[in-house]
Amino acid sequence: MSNIPSELKYTKTHDWVRDEGDGKVTVGITDHAQELLGDLVFVELPEVGAEINAGDECAVVESVKAASDVYCPLNGEVIEVNEALADAPETINSDAFDEGWMFRLQLVDAGELDGLMDAEAYAEHCENEEH
Amino acid sequence: MSADRKIVLNAVHREMGARMVPFGGWDMPVHYGSQIEEHHAVRRDAGMFDVCHMSVVDLRGERVREFLSHLLANDVAKLKTAGRALYSCMLRPDGGVIDDLIVYYMADDWFRMVVNAGTTEKDIAWMQEQAPAFDASVEPRFDLGMIAVQGPNARDRALGLMSDDMRSAAAGLKPFNAATDGHWFVGRTGYTGEDGFEIVLPESETEDLWRRLAAAGVRPCGLGARDTLRLEAGMNLYGQDMDETVTPLASGLAWTVAMDGERDFIGRAALAAQKAAGDIPRFIGVLLEGRGVLRSHQKLLDGEREVGEITSGGFSPTLERSIGMARVAADAGDQLQVDIRGKKLPLRRVKMPLVRNGKAQIEL
Repeated sequence: MSNIPSELKYTKTHDWVRDEGDGKVTVGITDHAQELLGDLVFVELPEVGAEINAGDECAVVESVKAASDVYCPLNGEVIEVNEALADAPETINSDAFDEGWMFRLQLVDAGELDGLMDAEAYAEHCENEEH
Repeated sequence: MSADRKIVLNAVHREMGARMVPFGGWDMPVHYGSQIEEHHAVRRDAGMFDVCHMSVVDLRGERVREFLSHLLANDVAKLKTAGRALYSCMLRPDGGVIDDLIVYYMADDWFRMVVNAGTTEKDIAWMQEQAPAFDASVEPRFDLGMIAVQGPNARDRALGLMSDDMRSAAAGLKPFNAATDGHWFVGRTGYTGEDGFEIVLPESETEDLWRRLAAAGVRPCGLGARDTLRLEAGMNLYGQDMDETVTPLASGLAWTVAMDGERDFIGRAALAAQKAAGDIPRFIGVLLEGRGVLRSHQKLLDGEREVGEITSGGFSPTLERSIGMARVAADAGDQLQVDIRGKKLPLRRVKMPLVRNGKAQIEL
């Protein structure tokens, strides 16, 4: 089973969200997601300043196998993107939860974080998808 | 086919860490951890592919050569010595491609064919329909398995595991030739652009050979690496680059169609008519100059005009760029763009193959 850090929040579409305080969050895809995708070769990130709604397609990760959309986990404005992924998309394969972060959001409502899954619920979600 | 059939090595693949996917009705390994590392292993050292899902078909009869001369778009008259292989398309009367295959000349009354997995049933049905007129028999050999061992060190590693007789026959093989010993059949062929062997053997012996190859340092490789390797090598994939709706002339396979002389093969009249009409779509190699990944069915544009689409696309681990093959209108220009999620990105037309024997064939 892949690694699922307990301090993060998760979505059903395999994004992770880290609460950075002051209504700011960092977003990436989970280790489970990168493992399903295989070797990543291209990442398309949102524009800084873009206001994105929860559930919108906001990024694309492409592996040797296929392109996959990344859905925005929460309502917010993009305040920073991980530029290093342009030259090294494989960072997501090697370190999905840290160096492989994708973008940061300033949330419209920090309370929305409570609606996401915790690590235990996410582990169960992955387990159910396998079957 | 409903459920995905399991190849004999299914459990061994899982044991070796394979991620399995459905392919052509079979449950197949797509990779064993990293597709890119598997790709490099084949370009730089040695890798192996379980190709037991492909089918070996034996064709026999006094008039079997005459049968194949009628059945195939390439000309088996080119096969003059035993063991010699020929790549060919098998066509419908309208010129559409039923399958692409390799045929080996074994003896005057025996030829052996290797056909694709997903097309096996229709191929056999088609051949069985044509064979009686030539008193030929069509015998699928579902008792045989096949392992492809590819890469600059592949032949050495594989030769060390063969019986003495098989080794002495296989060691001297020239490219596109095969040798037999008992139930083993070894061809110096492949689908990667590297040197190597394709080894056909009794299915009951495949697991033992697979394990011994792994122990000899040959890396297990999945369908993913097989696809990026063949794409770099400029080799077509049936079902993507050509199918029953297109002719070999529109699929970059004119070189496999032998139209000289008067040989009456199935599909000839349709190809002649297409040539006479003169507006045959072109099949080209393309490279994406910037970032992104080409995928099949992405649209190609010449200015505002849609002129075709990508048939096979992907990431080239050797070039670290995205490459593809495309079918475009006969009058499409050279300055093409591809539409990727609404963005128009410039393409460079390139000559295939892009990689051969471990070396890039173009300047980036």
